[in-house]
Amino acid sequence: MSQTSVLYDAPGPRAVRRARIGTALAILAFLGLAALVVLRLADRGQFDAELWNPWVNPSDDSFSAVWGLVGRGLVATLVAATLAIVLALVVGVLLGVARMMLGNRLRVPVVLWIELFRGLPVVITIVFVWRAMVELGIDVGPLPGDPALWYLVIGLTLYNSVIIAEILRAGVLSLPRGQREAALAVGLTNGQTMRTILLPQAFRVMLPALISQLVVVLKDTSLVAVIGLGYLELLRRGNQISQNLDNPIQSLLIVALIYIVINYSLSKLAEYVERRLGQASGSSAGNGLDAGTAGSQAA
Amino acid sequence: MDPVIDNLDLYWSGFLRSLSIIGWSLVGSLLLGTLIAAFRVSPVASLRAFGSGWVTVVRNCPLTIVLFFMAFGLPELGVNASFYLFGVAGLIIYTSAFVCEAIRSGINSVSAGQAEAARAIGLPFTLTLTQVVLPQALRATVPPLGSVQIAMFKNSAVVGAFGVGGDLYSVGRNLTSAQGFSYIPVLTGVAIGYLVITLAAGALLAVIERKVAIAR
Repeated sequence: MSQTSVLYDAPGPRAVRRARIGTALAILAFLGLAALVVLRLADRGQFDAELWNPWVNPSDDSFSAVWGLVGRGLVATLVAATLAIVLALVVGVLLGVARMMLGNRLRVPVVLWIELFRGLPVVITIVFVWRAMVELGIDVGPLPGDPALWYLVIGLTLYNSVIIAEILRAGVLSLPRGQREAALAVGLTNGQTMRTILLPQAFRVMLPALISQLVVVLKDTSLVAVIGLGYLELLRRGNQISQNLDNPIQSLLIVALIYIVINYSLSKLAEYVERRLGQASGSSAGNGLDAGTAGSQAA
Repeated sequence: MDPVIDNLDLYWSGFLRSLSIIGWSLVGSLLLGTLIAAFRVSPVASLRAFGSGWVTVVRNCPLTIVLFFMAFGLPELGVNASFYLFGVAGLIIYTSAFVCEAIRSGINSVSAGQAEAARAIGLPFTLTLTQVVLPQALRATVPPLGSVQIAMFKNSAVVGAFGVGGDLYSVGRNLTSAQGFSYIPVLTGVAIGYLVITLAAGALLAVIERKVAIAR
């Protein structure tokens, strides 16, 4: 580690030697473990060309079909995630502002709403939205696209909008109190203070958390694969392919890699934006959101 | 709400089954996550690389894929177990990455000056660690670790939807598709079950946070 660690002294010659020996031993252990896995895979014929060719060999009959299906699945995933994050942002800002600006009594239903959807597993929310809308005969037909897409998007929006409302509130709370006091002192109304002073600053602070939330949304679109909602996004496509080709390990690996590459890039982007914002303002304004980001990441 | 009232015993057993998924995953993810966190802060470079690789892969992969890998990938390698075991193992692996990051952020929140001051007054390494660094790190770890675990409680519903059988989600599925009750009352019962778990956990966490809070 380049920066000083709180746990260890700067290592002396003996500690450096010990660390090197430890590193070598651990590498040996990992290699041994990897060898075991590879042997097992080979033993089970998992390196057979017929299992891999549809994915890696352009001259294979299924190659273009398989990648075409995955491509469509990826587009479907991105469409659902984008719609959900945009809608969640709009609804979330409204909810967050309502929670902060309404009087004590009017605020109660908003707080209950937020606590309700924050406490529900998102998978339950999606199933509930889907089944209840079908049962009540609420028609999503007028909306463009697949009805299944809208059940998914509405479910994701309900969950993520309350998360965004809380991120926004944390952002406003992390601003110095003097901002609000000064705005009120120069005669701005409560609404003007919120709109022109607090929200613009809070948005800047919450941008990294918002990007991290997009990772959560992207991952959650794949929930349709376990609840049986007929929206053919990336994981469902991958699952279909793996069933047709009878190669679950290979197909799931490819699909997982696609998710990891996209989400890893988004996480890095969030870190980069956070660093940039930290430099620009030269303050610790970003710190108030750390706990919120860590928590919502897991959802 | 008749379908719920008439099947309260089913709901109760589903509730307990969900709690057992949560309990095992809680213990397992804390152990595995702590181990990975120890890797990530260790002076041994290869362990650090393994730890950060683990976190990068697991954290950016949807839980559903982890579960699919367990249930459809492992049998190809001749590893067979019940869906319950696969589900819990998948949830443990997934949550461990978040536990690791929560613990690491706790350790990082202790400023290097604390350890330097401890060494300056002559404390040996073990005492520096056990008397100065870890007590502060553990306290700072509580809030993020708590929210990670509450997220895991909610993710147990994904494991249920995946097909563990007998848990709250499965009870809902069973009552609606097999027995033909209408969805809204049945799913409302399921939702209340999960809300009881997450809201109680949230309240408990708030109490613990207040107990361990440090004024800095």
